[in-house]
Order: sequence, then C-alpha cells, then structure tokens
Amino acid sequence: MRYELDPVRVRKILGNKKQFIMGDMAIAYGGLLAGVGFFGGYPITPASEVAEGMARMLPRAGGTFIQMEDEIASMAAIIGAAWSGTKTMTATSGPGFSLMMENYGYAIMTETPCVIANVQRTGPSTGQPTQGAQGDMLQTRWGSHGDMMAIALCPSTVQECLDMTIESFNLSEKYRHPVVLLADGEVGHLREKVVIPDVDEMELFERIEATVDKDKFIPYSESQTNPGSKVPDFPTFGSGYRSYVTGLTHNDMGFPATDKQPDHERLINRLVSKITDDREKLTDVEEIELEDAEVVFVTYGASARPAESAVRMARAKGIKAGMLRLKLVWPFPEKAIYDLSKKVNKIIVPEMSLGQMVHPIREFAAKDCEVIVAPKVGGVMHLPVELLEYLEEGA
Amino acid sequence: MADMISQAEMREKYLRKGMLPTIFCNGCGHGSSLDYTFRAIEELGLDLDDIVFASGIGCSSRIPGYINADGLHTTHGRSLAFATGVKAANPDLNVVVFSGDGDATGIGGNHFIHAARRNIDMTVIILNNFIYGMTGGQVAPTSPKGTIATTAPYGNLEGAFDISELAKSLGAAYVARWPVFYPQQPIKSIKDAISTRGFSLVELMSPCPTAYGRRNKLGNIKNLWDWYENNSVLAEEYDKIMNYGTDEEKAATINKIKIGVFQHTEKVGFFEAYEEQIKNLMANDDKKWGGV
Amino acid sequence: MIEILDDWCKGCEICVNRCPVQALEISEIMNKKGVRVPRLKAVNKCYQCRLCEQLCPDFAITVTKEEKEEGEEKECKLIIGGVCAD
Ligand SMILES: Cc1ncc(C[n+]2csc(CCOP(=O)(O)OP(=O)(O)O)c2C)c(N)n1
Ligand code: SF4
Ligand code: SF4
Ligand code: SF4
Ligand SMILES: [Mg+2]
Repeated sequence: MRYELDPVRVRKILGNKKQFIMGDMAIAYGGLLAGVGFFGGYPITPASEVAEGMARMLPRAGGTFIQMEDEIASMAAIIGAAWSGTKTMTATSGPGFSLMMENYGYAIMTETPCVIANVQRTGPSTGQPTQGAQGDMLQTRWGSHGDMMAIALCPSTVQECLDMTIESFNLSEKYRHPVVLLADGEVGHLREKVVIPDVDEMELFERIEATVDKDKFIPYSESQTNPGSKVPDFPTFGSGYRSYVTGLTHNDMGFPATDKQPDHERLINRLVSKITDDREKLTDVEEIELEDAEVVFVTYGASARPAESAVRMARAKGIKAGMLRLKLVWPFPEKAIYDLSKKVNKIIVPEMSLGQMVHPIREFAAKDCEVIVAPKVGGVMHLPVELLEYLEEGA
Repeated sequence: MADMISQAEMREKYLRKGMLPTIFCNGCGHGSSLDYTFRAIEELGLDLDDIVFASGIGCSSRIPGYINADGLHTTHGRSLAFATGVKAANPDLNVVVFSGDGDATGIGGNHFIHAARRNIDMTVIILNNFIYGMTGGQVAPTSPKGTIATTAPYGNLEGAFDISELAKSLGAAYVARWPVFYPQQPIKSIKDAISTRGFSLVELMSPCPTAYGRRNKLGNIKNLWDWYENNSVLAEEYDKIMNYGTDEEKAATINKIKIGVFQHTEKVGFFEAYEEQIKNLMANDDKKWGGV
Repeated sequence: MIEILDDWCKGCEICVNRCPVQALEISEIMNKKGVRVPRLKAVNKCYQCRLCEQLCPDFAITVTKEEKEEGEEKECKLIIGGVCAD
C-alpha cells in the first residue's frame, strides 16, 4: 500500500513552528498532522481553503487529493478510501453538508471512521454564502434519517481548528464513526497565530485493525482484540477478511437482516451506545468565572469570543456572570448542563442562528433555571455590548 | 471448455456462505452475470483477496453480497464515487462495480460520467433491464420510448440513454454490451475489462420478467429471453446491413439493439498518473531539503 | 452427467429452454420450495456443452464429463441426489 505517510515529511511540509494562518488552513494542517491519506472535496465558501490547502500539500506528503464532482461524491469517496485503510477527510459548508447527509448516515451505519470539516454558514438553501453562521448544529445530530448519534467539536480559535481536527481524527478512529468538526465561517476565515505541534508532541489514536483468525472474525459486534469495547475491529479491504459492508440493517456477521427486528434493535443500540456510554468521558467544556455565577452564557464556536468579552465587562460592573463553552457539542454534555443549571438562575445561549443548541440545553437544564437564546442572524457576530445587555437583564 | 470451473466448484470457491439463494426473482438475468464474473476471475487467475466489489442500490447492486470477497454495498447511485475512494487509497486493489441502469444512469449519472472522464481504473458491470426492478417497475432513463411502467402507465415519452454509447463518448478505455444469455462473450468482456487499464464498462442486458417483461407483454420468461435475442444485433452486422442491405433488411434491423465491443484502448489510468505526480513532488522536496 | 442442486433451483426453465439439443425437461421431482426441477430426458443428446450450467442464474447446475468406458459410447446419465438413476 502506498499510504504510509511519513509524519516527519508532513511536519516539514507545514514549515515554521509558529505561523499566522486562517482557520481553514489550520484545519488542513490538522488533517495532515493526523495522517490523512485521502481528501475528497468540492469547493464551497467558506470552506474552499481547506481543499485548496490539501490540494497543495497532500500529494507532497504522499496522499491523494481529488476534487470530486459534488459533495455526495466527496462523502462517498472518503468512506471508500477509509475502507482501504487510510484516514480520510472532506470539508464543506451548509448546502454541501445537506448533500452529504445520506452518506453521513451510511458512514454511521457501516462504522466508517472519517472526518467532515463543516465551516458553517446559513440557509435555508444558498443563504449567505460569504458570511459565517452556525446553521448545521442540529443537522449534524439529527440530519440523517433513523436513529443515530453524532460526534462533533466546535473550535473557537484558529489554534483550536488545528487541534480539534486532530482530535476529530482520534475520536473517529476510536469510535469508528464519522466525526464532524463544526467550525463556523467566522473562525474559518479568521487569521490568528497558531503553534504547530511537532511529531512527538501529538497523541494520535490509530485504528484497531482486525487480527483474529479469519474464520473466527465477527465484523459487527464487540471488539475481539479490545475486550469490553463495543467498537468492532476494522477489517481493512485487501487484508483477507472479505468483509461485506452494507448500509442495510445487518447482523453481527454483516449479512442483511432487514426484516429481523432483534438484529436491528441490537445494531442500532450498539451504534448509539458505543458513543453515549462515554458521554461524560467525552464531555469537554471550558469554564469561565463559574464559581459564583448567577447568570451565564453557554456558548460554542465563534460566538464564545464576544460572549467572553461580555462576561468580563459584566464582572467589571459587579454582575455575577460566567460562561460555559462547549468544545464538544455532540454527544451532548447532558450532565454538565444539568449541573450548571442547578447552580445558576439563567442560561443565555448566544447563537448565530435563531436558536439551535438552545433546544438540547433547555431539554437538560433543571426546570427552575431559565434558558433563553440570544440570536444573531444575517452573517455577523454578536457584539460584546449586545451580549452584555442580556447579562444585565438576567442579573 | 470441459476444464472450465463448475458451478459446484464455484459455490465453494466464490460464493459467500449463507447468502444464497439470491433474492433475484425466478427468470431474472442478474444471477447469470455473477456466474460469468466468477469464470472471468478464474480464467484470469485472480485472487479474491485482491478484488473489492462495490455496488449501489437495486436488485443488481445486491451482487457483491453473494461474492466471498470484500464488498461495499453503498447508497443508491453513488457506488462509483465510493469505489474511486477505495482505489485511491489502495491502487493495488482491483475494483469491480456492479450497478443497475437506474443506479448508474439515473441517480448516479453524474458519478458515472465523471468516473469515466477521470479514467479511474475500475471495471463497471451494469445490469441493464430497462427498468427500476427493485422498487417494482418504475420507468428508468434507459426505458425505451413507449415502455409501460408503473410511473409511465400511458407509455414512456422520454428518450432513452444508450449506456454504452455514453461511455464510449466519454472516452472509456473499454466498452462492451452483451445480452446475458450468451455466456462466452460476457466472460471474455469481463476478462478484458478487468485487464484493461483505466475505466472499463461491460453493459449486460438482463431480462427482468417481474417488473419489465410482464407489464410490457413480452410474455413468460422464455419469451422475454427470446425477445432480447431477436432484438439485438452485432454492431458489425448492423453496419453491414445499413450500408449494403436491402430496404427490408434495414427496416428489420434499424430498431435493434447493437451488441459487441465498442471500444478497447489503452490509456494511463488516473491513479497511475497521480502516483507519478507524487513521486515527482517528493523528489523535488527531497532535493530542496537534502532528504527528509 | 448433469447434477442439479435441487433446493437452489427456482424453476426458471432457462436451462431447459436454451439447451441446444433439448436434452433437459422439467421432471416430477419437487424441491423443498415446491419447484419442479429439471432433469435430463431419459433419452437425450446431451454433449456436455455446459451452456445450461453457465446460464443457470442460481448456481444449481454442474455438468460433469461422461466417463467413457473402453470401446463403448454411453448416453448421458441422469443423477438424482448423487445416485445414478438411469
Ligand atoms: C436515495 C434513494 N432513492 C431511491 C431509492 C429507492 N430505490 C431502490 S432501488 C431503486 C431502483 C434501482 O433500479 P436499477 O438501478 O435499475 O436496479 P434494478 O433493481 O433494476 O436491478 C430505487 C429507486 C433508494 N434506495 N435511495
Ligand atoms: S425485480 Fe426484476 S431485476 Fe429485480 S430480481 Fe426480480 S426480475 Fe430481477
Ligand atoms: S450440457 Fe449442453 S447439451 Fe447437455 S443439457 Fe446442458 S445445455 Fe444441453
Ligand atoms: S436454470 Fe437453474 S434455476 Fe433455472 S430451472 Fe434450470 S436449474 Fe433451475
Ligand atoms: Mg434496472
């Protein structure tokens, strides 16, 4: 196989340790550092720079970049490439993400590790192509038909674009699940300083491949090399396991079992619980001024930036304000939200939409804690003073 | 001929245990294509461990499930895009895609033309039954004018795709069309398609008695299979008749479906070219850096 | 000889219809799906061309070469369940 990417070569291609780059480029850097061997994508603002970066750097590293004919094909190609044994990635924005939905579900059903960077904008339809927004927070969780779980991370800085892309790969390999990096057009096009990790400064999770005897291998059940794990070992194409991968409901052996209720129930429950069992382990939040806070923001992505400024301004005015930033939005950090809601009077959710994450937050907040959205639509970020008003009202 | 592998041997060597009998209806032509593919692989001396079979959705797309090899049964119409990824990440694998006429030229038409245009090194076997079989006989982009389908109850008014003609004009390296009931030609074509560098298409006309034959009054299984025989003509024969035949001969031939090998060329496959580009880029960097 | 894996046969009769010498016929034997399966005719001109085998969409047919005994030309045998029945 060609795709033994040399991490030392990759690091050399990226160049200086400290650079001033755009969020999209940091996503491409993160993918390369994680060891991506195949990138398939289709141009779309504000995500095109990820593909452009990959087109320039990936072949130099020994990997393959293809500009596919559309996002459906991009998503399909990265799934196919993953089965040939490499780490794979695509990047897109709202309309493209909508087109990927069917194959996103296919990746979930077939337990295919891969990463989708979604540099979000708004809609419906074409919306505001050149403006950032946070339009796909719920589509990521609920967009595919049927029962599913999502894993998604939200970077608020360019450095996080890089770090969280690496983390996305680690999670996708660990859980054999498509992981979505939910950036927004704001961070995607922001230029900031990043520090690029060296090879020995990164922790990479590598896919657990099937090693048991070929006639004892069970492709869609608990791991046979990692006892207790609900994530089956990966039978890379060409390695002799002769596995059948299908989006149909299948039994443990991978055979279609479309009319077998118990098989479907067992499969779906495992696909979801392999992730939700680790919900609290996966929870990743940043707490700002929460010790004595009474009114707080729960934020994510670019909106965390003006929100943090607003908290500082409120504190200067003596308001007991705080903020919880969700770095991982799916699986939803249910306990962190519940615990927070027991301590504070009011949760305000600044979102670059009319309100998406406010819904799960309200669902898991204790009933006597008020939860409201602070919406901002039209492709601009909240101003700190606007958000300050919410804190003043809530205090 | 007598040394050819038998179906009894194929059941052991090539069929995935526990998956048969196939879901195909009685009299469906799809199963025969599976037999031909095995014979082609056997004659080429290929190892199933080195082949990945991909497919989309439809009766035809169920084929990889019956083969004891790596199989990727994907979403409707998208198999060629999936297969492009499979090949990209391991160009040493032989990639064979099974698709239906609806899968490949309806919902998947865009992927079909781009895989051919890119000259992705893969073999695509399309089982063309002129209809959406699996969903119960809706009109397909390949249904001839006048076809009665559940979604064309008064007769199809649309023009039909000629899949082989389309692939040929896209510059596919290998293009052939055969009815499923002549074993030798399809077997040879599948062998040639797999051996040819770049994008290869084998279109097999496969009778669908359930969703096409019955509704279009083509009679029982026997009559439907005979219909294909009586309504196809070797491409060379067709040209001869059109050039030199009598008016009667021409009239009897003009509406027949041309069969044969339509294109057979050698072109550098996409991933061969890509590999070359990678090699040059790496050599450049090595020179610049004086080694990694 | 023609061996037929009766339970895999769907009864399409493609083998019967396409045999160039009409050597096969639908028999009285029913498989477990209730399909009457084909057999060689008692008198037949099967020359083991193997067309029926290649066409069978369900991998049910195997044509094996007739063992010819010294000096005598034998007709094809009809095999049921592996037992010679002609
Ligand atoms: C996105 C999507 N749309 C529609 C379907 C329903 N569907 C399943 S098979 C099929 C038609 C397949 O026709 P064809 O490719 O010609 O295969 P055949 O069954 O005739 O062999 C359709 C429309 C689907 N599975 N997915
Ligand atoms: S519906 Fe048609 S294509 Fe599908 S299995 Fe039946 S005969 Fe074959
Ligand atoms: S081997 Fe040939 S001749 Fe004999 S039964 Fe089959 S098709 Fe007929
Ligand atoms: S071709 Fe096969 S399935 Fe059809 S009748 Fe003959 S033996 Fe049975
Ligand atoms: Mg069809």
